[in-house]
Amino acid sequence: MFAVVYLGALASLFVSAFWEVDAFTAAVIHTWSLDNFRRLWDDHTYWRITGRTIGLASAVTLTDAVLAFPLAYFIARLASGRTRATLFVLVLLPLWSSYLVRIYAWRTILAKNGALNWVLNGLGLPDAGLAYTNTAMWIVFSYVWLPFMILPVYAALERIPENYLEASQDLGAKRWRTLRSVILPLALPGLVAGSIFTFSLTLGDFITPALVGGAGSSFIGNIVEEQVGLPNVPFAAAFATVPVIVMAVYLVIARRLGAFEAV
Amino acid sequence: MTDTRGTRIGLGVAAALVIAFLWLPLLLIMVYAFNSSTIQTWPISGFTLHWFHEAWHDREVRSSLWLSLRVGLLATTVALVIGTAAAAAIYRFRFFGREAVSLLLLLPIALPGIITGMALNSFFTFGGVQFSTWTIVAGHATFCVVIVYNNVLARLRRSSPSLIEASMDLGADGWQTFRWVIWPVLSTALVAGGLLAFALSFDEVIVTTFTAGAQTTLPIYILDHIQRGQDLPVVNAIVFVVILVTVIPVTIAQRLTGDTGVLRRGASPTKV
Repeated sequence: MFAVVYLGALASLFVSAFWEVDAFTAAVIHTWSLDNFRRLWDDHTYWRITGRTIGLASAVTLTDAVLAFPLAYFIARLASGRTRATLFVLVLLPLWSSYLVRIYAWRTILAKNGALNWVLNGLGLPDAGLAYTNTAMWIVFSYVWLPFMILPVYAALERIPENYLEASQDLGAKRWRTLRSVILPLALPGLVAGSIFTFSLTLGDFITPALVGGAGSSFIGNIVEEQVGLPNVPFAAAFATVPVIVMAVYLVIARRLGAFEAV
Repeated sequence: MTDTRGTRIGLGVAAALVIAFLWLPLLLIMVYAFNSSTIQTWPISGFTLHWFHEAWHDREVRSSLWLSLRVGLLATTVALVIGTAAAAAIYRFRFFGREAVSLLLLLPIALPGIITGMALNSFFTFGGVQFSTWTIVAGHATFCVVIVYNNVLARLRRSSPSLIEASMDLGADGWQTFRWVIWPVLSTALVAGGLLAFALSFDEVIVTTFTAGAQTTLPIYILDHIQRGQDLPVVNAIVFVVILVTVIPVTIAQRLTGDTGVLRRGASPTKV
């Protein structure tokens, strides 16, 4: 029953992308057309917004991969016993704590009178001026999704048998060579699995752009939310197909890279 | 060990920095709850507990807190029933469309929240359903079900099916088997799944914005006030409590299962 409602809702949503809204009554007219898609295709604004959304999602994914790896490696292979358990909980708690609260925390940190500028001024540096910029969004997204990258990478690294590394060393590989030829390939499925979260969560978000982004930082999600509110659900649905298609392609690639076996 | 001392120290420092990056913002925003000034500056200008008092006696805060608690409890209950039933069905029986069902149970997590929210929103609008507590519950139940399902299924897979057979062989009836064999195996997984589901629901904003209509849950209250820059000291006090409220159930859930609750969230539990 529940599944039927959910699937029905999803299906009707995507069907409605081909419908239209009467300009005067705001009623949905059930005539089939590609007008919504044509409007998206022809307007440069929507291309820019799509580009910004996908670009930032990629940047956030890369940043999280770089930040997550050393910590995941440390927890999985160097820390032991209590340290390991403590670190694990320290990663887990931010993940489950309110995402809205964490965005808000950064909003106060980056604000003009916030902690960041206080530190910078204390060091004799000028204000960072990061509030309400794309850079702010990049920092905040990387921050909120980071635990989603750490955990799968940790799981992948933990599973590498110690003797693989010994074998690599015995065969004369230097540390970097071992990292590049043994550890990274085995960690890759974990990295890809984590990237599914970081990428997809960024792609569908509209709260972060609304709270820490500037005037020109709308995401696909912001436009969709705005259009649902108008209400112009058909157009919102048409634009919403973009992240869904991007994610579908991403998942197919991720599957090829073995992400589904990693976690 | 292939890692030299230098590598270990370097990695240790990097790990400490990342942990600090994860925690400093949370600790910082918790300090703001005690700010005696109404202006948000760092460092805070003085210490006060006044805003907790203010928040507790605010009518709007109370009603949104009450709504969030109600929605959280209802969504968790729905999730426990449907999630457990689905996990049991997937685990126990081979049936037509089994793969499809297990895939379907991933959708609410794999699809961005905005899609789920929009889909339900247009479904309710076109279907003439009035927005109520129940529309929010339906929205939250989508992802809460998945959390419970994952927790229960993982537990079932780790326990041996021969336990049930042994119980039957020893002459236990269906109820006795459930009470003395299945329940002890599942109970902590259910508690953990329920706690995580509640924590998720209590925090949720995206799906809620689409399914709440004019109602205000606590996260919606927070979001509105942040955006308008209104009553921020009260918001800070609420935020302090919200952080504690999510930290506690998650810590308990973690103790109970030793699971992350998330590793399987986006992966494919379709493999059996």
